[in-house]
Amino acid sequence: MSDVWLVLGGTLTGAVGPGISVLYATYGELITERAGRINLGIEGSMLMGACFGFIATVETGSVTVGIFAGMIGGGALSLILAYLVIYRNTNQLATGFALTLFGAGITAYAGRSYVDSTIGGLNPISIPFLSEIPKLGSALFEQDILAYTAYALGPLLFWGLHYTRTGLSLKAVGESISVAYAAGRNPYVIQIAAIAIGGALAGLGGAQLSLGFTHTWSEGMTVGRGFVAVGLVIFAMWSPLRAMVGAFLFGGAIGLQLQLQTVGAPVSPFILDMLPYLIIIFVMALWSRASARAMPEGLKGVLKATT
Amino acid sequence: MTTPISLNQARGVAITLTDRPIVRSLMAVAFAFIVFGIFIAIIGRDPFEVYAKMFEGTLGSKVGLSEVGVRMIPFVLTALAASIPARVGLINVGGEGQLYIGAWAATGVALYVDFPTIWLMLPAMAFAGFLGGAVWAGFAIALRHFRNVNEVISTLLSNYVAILFVNVFVFGAWKNPTGFGYPYTANFEVESILPAIADTRLHFGLVLPVIGIIATYLFLSRTRWGANMRAVGGNPDAARRRGIPVLRYLIIAMLVGGGLAGLAGMSEVSGIQHHLRPGISNSLGFMGFLASWMANHNPVAIIGTCFLIAVIVVGGDVLQFSGNLPSAAMLILIGLVLFSILGFRRFERKTE
Repeated sequence: MSDVWLVLGGTLTGAVGPGISVLYATYGELITERAGRINLGIEGSMLMGACFGFIATVETGSVTVGIFAGMIGGGALSLILAYLVIYRNTNQLATGFALTLFGAGITAYAGRSYVDSTIGGLNPISIPFLSEIPKLGSALFEQDILAYTAYALGPLLFWGLHYTRTGLSLKAVGESISVAYAAGRNPYVIQIAAIAIGGALAGLGGAQLSLGFTHTWSEGMTVGRGFVAVGLVIFAMWSPLRAMVGAFLFGGAIGLQLQLQTVGAPVSPFILDMLPYLIIIFVMALWSRASARAMPEGLKGVLKATT
Repeated sequence: MTTPISLNQARGVAITLTDRPIVRSLMAVAFAFIVFGIFIAIIGRDPFEVYAKMFEGTLGSKVGLSEVGVRMIPFVLTALAASIPARVGLINVGGEGQLYIGAWAATGVALYVDFPTIWLMLPAMAFAGFLGGAVWAGFAIALRHFRNVNEVISTLLSNYVAILFVNVFVFGAWKNPTGFGYPYTANFEVESILPAIADTRLHFGLVLPVIGIIATYLFLSRTRWGANMRAVGGNPDAARRRGIPVLRYLIIAMLVGGGLAGLAGMSEVSGIQHHLRPGISNSLGFMGFLASWMANHNPVAIIGTCFLIAVIVVGGDVLQFSGNLPSAAMLILIGLVLFSILGFRRFERKTE
């Protein structure tokens, strides 16, 4: 029985760390998709963020520089997608997927001499009082600075999307380009900005992964987290607050898997490794009808799932 | 939407050479190679030397050419695995995972079923591989039909699950007890191995993509079902109103696609590896997906795009070996080629 509590407690503590990087990527993809575009390249943007954030930190010794380098790397990569899908009308899914491989190639090349480097990385900051809440406190409030900005970003994005002029323009473009154009907006500029910001946020997530979580760089280290984020946006029904739930669900699955391995559960570790992916597919299947209704109109051509 | 050339001809618009898709594709490839050449120059290497080594190592010798052929086998099969579902409007990004499951199923037959001759063994393995890949793809189509889960996400994520699934076996029950602790299965018996062709690494798995291409081409262009597939992909509602059983086409296209990727897995373990181990594929399935998009899902053009990708990948290995460039750099070139082919395609903005 004590084992069960140990596993549950550990899962909770372990959920936040791996969840943060996915959360940033989910925010990024959410902004992109709200503007009516889908970017499968955010897996590549995350790799760019993880790689260039790490390289910049090793070279300059400053984590802050690393974080910004990661954001720039992720954002720059996604601009390729913005150009191709908006000005050359290429297929978004194929372009995005190619972008991921492209990013994997760039980072494998650029990062190969940094594989054995070590960095101090981001240090956890304890929030007084809040971190002393039993069980939850240390899990949520003894994290690095990027975790706290991620907590804040959810409500902030929610407010921004629903209550600011910029957010409303973004959503309008996602619903109908021609209507947004008629209303005096420049839909393509808004979409390019949304794709770039989305890529930068994914890059930030990647940087959080290498600087805050693993403190190392290895080739392909995001192992599908960007694609998970694409799934989570659908599960989240394009709402930043539900995105937080989804990302911590993914983090929780990773936490649970690590805990089960620690207590020596009699299952192959590879079966446990499957858990996060299977859980994402499972929750997408559970809430699929509701998400289909919430989908921005501009995505319906690409992300249809009805026959 | 791209206006067909014939339509422009009918309208009396002059057709220039650069309007032909093949010419535009070749221009696009040349453009990508130039951009990559600039990249090579920036990192301080001689692009002419790099390209010379690359083409010499792939097209300049019997060994190089056979190696290109060896790589083309899984590329063509996984490219068909993306292109057949694409005909009916489905996007199968799961070729990589389907390949792994196909390899796993074929290995299961090789290890645990005892057929006396190669003539029974290889077809049984191929059947198992096809079935494995088809079942794996079947999950995606079932999720789409019953739960409205888009197949892009489910096939993408299932790749990671498939790789782990194979690991469960090669690190566990199927691990070779005499393998010094390496995560390999036992080596296949001679009946389970696709024989090599004339002293090269090229093997008789080659018949699979050849049959695959010819059958797909004839099926799509010469049969009623092929025309129906196009109708389903173009406008499912219109197809349904014309009495075409849309769902049946979606299911069959996805299963056949997954099965072909599974065959690629069978051909890899039986023709090249002769045992199952982790990382047998290393992105073969993803390359096939890109090849299919480069070819605009045309089964004949797929031969060309798979050849190109195979030259780049094998060339990358040559360059890595000679210390000119790490092979990871070749992913950059492949990405550039696809961006540029997609970007060079003619299109007219939809007039709404």
